[in-house]
Amino acid sequence: MNLSKIALALVSGTLFGAGLAVSGMTNPSKVLNFLDLSGQWDPSLALVMASAIPVATLTFNLARRRQKPVFEPKFVLPQNTKLDMRLVAGSALFGLGWGLGGYCPGPAVASLGNPSLPLFAFLAAMTVGLLVSGKLAASLDTTSRRPQPA
Amino acid sequence: METSFTPLAAIAGGGLIGLAVMLLYLGLGRIAGVSGMFTAAIRPSTGVGERAWRLAFLAGLLLGPLLASAALNEQLVRPSPAETPLLVLAGLLVGLGTGFANGCTSGHGVCGVARLSRRSLVATATFMTAGFVTASLLRHLVEV
Repeated sequence: MNLSKIALALVSGTLFGAGLAVSGMTNPSKVLNFLDLSGQWDPSLALVMASAIPVATLTFNLARRRQKPVFEPKFVLPQNTKLDMRLVAGSALFGLGWGLGGYCPGPAVASLGNPSLPLFAFLAAMTVGLLVSGKLAASLDTTSRRPQPA
Repeated sequence: METSFTPLAAIAGGGLIGLAVMLLYLGLGRIAGVSGMFTAAIRPSTGVGERAWRLAFLAGLLLGPLLASAALNEQLVRPSPAETPLLVLAGLLVGLGTGFANGCTSGHGVCGVARLSRRSLVATATFMTAGFVTASLLRHLVEV
């Protein structure tokens, strides 16, 4: 593992974290006030997405004109194209949890610089959820591949 | 807690997030998706090299808000208004959900939507809707 890759990932993460903080996304109240349409609506989160997405789109267009990334042999994109229950139900569960606490994974990890017990509780539970979902998904895949009894 | 609409800060922060995505993809060829990166970083089966860059990104993710807070002379990292038991439930749901869906607000919401991935468009529409419904209704029932 070479140092330039580590440095690049560190700088990218730092920019990402700074972006979350500057835009107010490390303040869960601001996120909840976006998601809560019944109260004092704060549309900031929509502008964060509207600003980040075009830069990301530009990124993927620039990448199409290149053979490979600077430090790796190839660009890696998700190959899964299935629109299945796992995707929809998973996203619904995620949205439910997001709407309760105002944390999604990025801002939750980014908030560790100002640690608190409630944040640790959220992150510990999220970690359990992520690891359990991996196990559950693996066992569901095995079950669905098993031949059906006649 | 009431917050006010901060359009300029939102656009500036979103731009920084976009730049982070650009750097990681053009440099390492990887999508800046935090739930996936976090999972691979903590999973025991991940190889040393594959873990190292992810840990570096996650360390930066933690460092960024500290630098931004120092630069702007304001504590930008705030606690959630939700009580701890509710945060435990929220964390479980966020972990299970993003694990099943293979992505969260960053991987699906920013990167996937940007490249018009059908899976990401469906995921983003779904978690946004669920988030709106939950915060608009349940939030008042449990009095957060």
